[in-house]
Amino acid sequence: MRHLMSPLDFSVDELDRLLDLADDIEKNPAKYAHTCDGKKLATCFYEPSTRTRLSFEAAMLNLGGSVLGFSSADSSSAAKGESVSDTIRVISCYADICAMRHPKEGAPLVASQKSLIPVINAGDGGHQHPTQTLTDLLTIRSLKGTLGGLTIGLCGDLKFGRTVHSLINALIRYPDIRFVLISPEELRIPSYIREDVLTANNVPFTEVERLDEAMPQLDILYMTRVQKERFFNEEDYVRLKNYYILTKSMMELAKKDMLVLHPLPRVNEISVEVDDDPRAAYFRQAQYGVYVRMALILTLLEIDVNEP
Amino acid sequence: MLNISGIREGFVLDHIQAGMSLQIYHDLKLDALDCPVAIIKNARSNKMGKKDIVKVECPVDALDLEILGFIDHDITVNVIKDDKIVEKRKLHLPAQVKNIISCKNPRCITSIEQELDQIFLLTDEKREIYRCKYCEEKYRNPNRRKSNTPPQAAGHQT
Ligand SMILES: [Zn+2]
Repeated sequence: MRHLMSPLDFSVDELDRLLDLADDIEKNPAKYAHTCDGKKLATCFYEPSTRTRLSFEAAMLNLGGSVLGFSSADSSSAAKGESVSDTIRVISCYADICAMRHPKEGAPLVASQKSLIPVINAGDGGHQHPTQTLTDLLTIRSLKGTLGGLTIGLCGDLKFGRTVHSLINALIRYPDIRFVLISPEELRIPSYIREDVLTANNVPFTEVERLDEAMPQLDILYMTRVQKERFFNEEDYVRLKNYYILTKSMMELAKKDMLVLHPLPRVNEISVEVDDDPRAAYFRQAQYGVYVRMALILTLLEIDVNEP
Repeated sequence: MLNISGIREGFVLDHIQAGMSLQIYHDLKLDALDCPVAIIKNARSNKMGKKDIVKVECPVDALDLEILGFIDHDITVNVIKDDKIVEKRKLHLPAQVKNIISCKNPRCITSIEQELDQIFLLTDEKREIYRCKYCEEKYRNPNRRKSNTPPQAAGHQT
């Protein structure tokens, strides 16, 4: 039995197979509509994350399965002091697979050690959020046709942004990747990513402060939001949250086939006037998030539709 | 030559950084052993200036040298049998340490579920980096000596 804790749990080959499956699901949804008939997904969310939870639930429903679960710690037995290990042993009796979101880092790993069913890490604190990274990879591969040979601009909070760190770790496994790291001085990429990941693997990258200067060279622009809870004072937050705002006029500097991605929800870092630009891919990204979670559920449940 | 008088069978842990012997006494759980233990603090050393020495008279397999490797793998472990040094054992960094150090990350699951084992994994042997198994927070051994030349290399120092 297999769990998913980190995007790097899958080798490049395994990831290729997963993304191929997601691709096939997108093209032939009917073929998969009953592959999980009678199966149940438990969404154990110890902190609310409506978007992620609904994406998992939509994925299971699309496969013909059903869902149960809880969406905050105070509606669960955790409020009564039950350990994650005990909870997952009970959940194992109710469901066939579990997606777990927890504010504490490592909680899904603790669950996986005692679980009788596959556990998917649906986000653990600032640590990992593997299905977001899988979503990003599927979006790029589907819309660009490849994961190699791309110049990827990462913009915004590169210091605390866990999605950005995971995406870098996942993309450096593909050939000819270049990064342009766009952030204010205070939110630059941490040194362990710069040195241990990028430099150590000879991945070319540049660090810049201005988005407009970076625009013309990018194949992908990955925008992130500045999260309020990372700041101790309101002043810094307000200043940095308005640091980058992607506008229509800035899009004119970009390549005709550049894609704009964003893990959503956005605050104000992408102006709504950009939404109608064909290069704005962030809502399609949410759709790919469902496909990749469908592929993941099938993979972890070891359901092969092509088997007789 | 190291003075091992009084020990028939046991260990002499030499070249301990001065001041570290009591922590080693504690971490090796020597207080739980019903056997003679001698601690020498601030002994003179040509190489180290000052050093600590711990002598333990006990069966050769009674000590957990994995933990010692984690604390400081440059300590010299002399195995004594019949009043003689029969072996100098090489210490290495253990791949995993359990319940020796604890995770300081307030966002870690171990911060709220105290019954979980505190497990750290060696993720970078060259740089001696251990990370919490759960949250991957880095642990850097505050007691590691800066010197790159392990004292064992020099053979006959005192
Ligand atoms: Zn930890």
